[in-house]
Amino acid sequence: MLRVENLTVVCGGASIVDHVSFSVEEGRWLMIVGPNGAGKSTIINAVTQGAAYSGRVLFEGTDVSQFKPSQLAKKIGTLTQNHMVGYAYTVEDVIRLGRYAYTQGLFSAAADDETCIDQALELTGLKEIRGQSILTLSGGELQRTFLAQVIAQDPKLLLLDELANHLDLLYQKQMFELVQTWLEAPGRAVVSVVHDLSLAKRFGTDAVLLKKGQTLSFGPVEQVLSVERLNPAYDMNVREWMLNLLSLWK
Amino acid sequence: MRKKNAGRKNFHFVHYLLFCTALVCTALLCVCVGSVRVSLNDTIASLRSVLLRQPPPPGLSYSIIINVRLPRVFCAALVGAALSLCGGAMQGLLRNPLADGSTLGVSSGASLGAGLALCFGVTFPWLPFTGVTMMAILFAFGSLIFILSLAYKMDHSLSTNTIILVGVIFSMFANSIISLIVAFSGDHVKSIMFWMMGSLANGSYFNVLTLLCALLLFGALILRNTRELDAFAIGEDNARHVGVHVRRVKMMVMISVSALIGVCVSVGGTIGFVGLVDTAYDPYDDRAESCAAAAGDALLGRDIPHALRFGRACPLEPLGAAHRRGDVADRLRDVCRDLLSQQKGKLACCGWKI
Repeated sequence: MLRVENLTVVCGGASIVDHVSFSVEEGRWLMIVGPNGAGKSTIINAVTQGAAYSGRVLFEGTDVSQFKPSQLAKKIGTLTQNHMVGYAYTVEDVIRLGRYAYTQGLFSAAADDETCIDQALELTGLKEIRGQSILTLSGGELQRTFLAQVIAQDPKLLLLDELANHLDLLYQKQMFELVQTWLEAPGRAVVSVVHDLSLAKRFGTDAVLLKKGQTLSFGPVEQVLSVERLNPAYDMNVREWMLNLLSLWK
Repeated sequence: MRKKNAGRKNFHFVHYLLFCTALVCTALLCVCVGSVRVSLNDTIASLRSVLLRQPPPPGLSYSIIINVRLPRVFCAALVGAALSLCGGAMQGLLRNPLADGSTLGVSSGASLGAGLALCFGVTFPWLPFTGVTMMAILFAFGSLIFILSLAYKMDHSLSTNTIILVGVIFSMFANSIISLIVAFSGDHVKSIMFWMMGSLANGSYFNVLTLLCALLLFGALILRNTRELDAFAIGEDNARHVGVHVRRVKMMVMISVSALIGVCVSVGGTIGFVGLVDTAYDPYDDRAESCAAAAGDALLGRDIPHALRFGRACPLEPLGAAHRRGDVADRLRDVCRDLLSQQKGKLACCGWKI
């Protein structure tokens, strides 16, 4: 579905992403993992045409740069890491913007707009606060608002940059399960940047491990997130640390 | 139907009506009150004679109202509408409630263009507009591009703080050049001073027509992009992700804004803060928890027409006040502005030398 070939992003003379290649097929959930500064978010940014890059990004065989922005929005939905909001839009206003690609022009409103918005509100549990200003939301509610926007956008591929950002445990679980349910429908795929390796192991089907902009490993999640590959990437004994943390709950 | 209502909750027919009434009342007041007092009856009689194509009533009031005050009032209303619309659009585009033609330096750039055109007698014979108007528009757009590229050079993320700082610096720089032009312009001093002070005293029906055409054309272009501006106001990345053609919309809004500001400056000189205050002021906000929220509510998309209407009524008030205080106060204000401008210019010159 999405194929990234030799993606390189250079910023200020330094390669932030260096010849990274990976692909994701229908029904799969690719986890992009790696320590800070590995270039994970930059990859997402480049795929959505937000950063200049060299190499190729293909969606269903077509170069992504060939699509008009509105065409691309119907195919790829993106959730970014930080949401800096400055104006008092309501939750519903933000979610409604997700339908922008379908309702261009002055008077053209797609028939299923309302259904999509209601569904997105329902799925993310935001129905009660649909009229609330986004300035008054907690970090988690804001994250869910923007997730609802992407869901209302009804794309084929979801690009999620740190879905678990600002979410407490319950919502982390709910959001990841929600995306998993979303993925069950045919013709869909998910690529997400994740810091939490346990979440990556639990929900991912494939993974790509990066360090300093370079690919260390790409393949099924069990292979990539193995001790032999993770330890050199994070310069520590990952398994020992994870078990150490877990042992506190015994 | 539900969709329409959902996006425009705090935007009712009553508000429209209220603002329209305020506009009509202020306009009438501005036409009646001035250094020569004209009664409301005479005013209405004069207006009626024009509207119904009847012979003009006897006396001086007809000429004062129809030839002097009415075009000024129309100019004020249209300039207000245009500047508020520009302010609203820029505030959304740059995601900053402080963005406006005057804080971004676009107005100063336009004044510089108008000043140059006046001083050197620039004309574009193949165009219906005067050289001053064209130069004001060109310089407004040029300054916007210059300010944004300089800000981009300094800060790749194009943070709004950088844009505004660069805008303020550019504004001072442009003013200092205007001061230089004034110093060496000899006979043109008076007319150039007019641009720096900002005044609608010379408003004519041709100005009204120019403003109206510009507002209809570029205002429509901006209003056509209200959803896109909504998306920008939430975040430029977000706008791109939902499918907005970021570069095209940015370009279109900026061209429209600079053209509108250029036309406004060519008619009335630099008029600051209308775009800033009128768009950011929303008396009907019942959800505002903070200043930012209040400013945000007066935003784009749903609130651009609101800004437009309110803007039309608002700039008439200072004009009316000036009329009420009579010519002395008016002159005094102009002199004060004049002095202030000179001080700014000197400051910028110093800054430039350092």
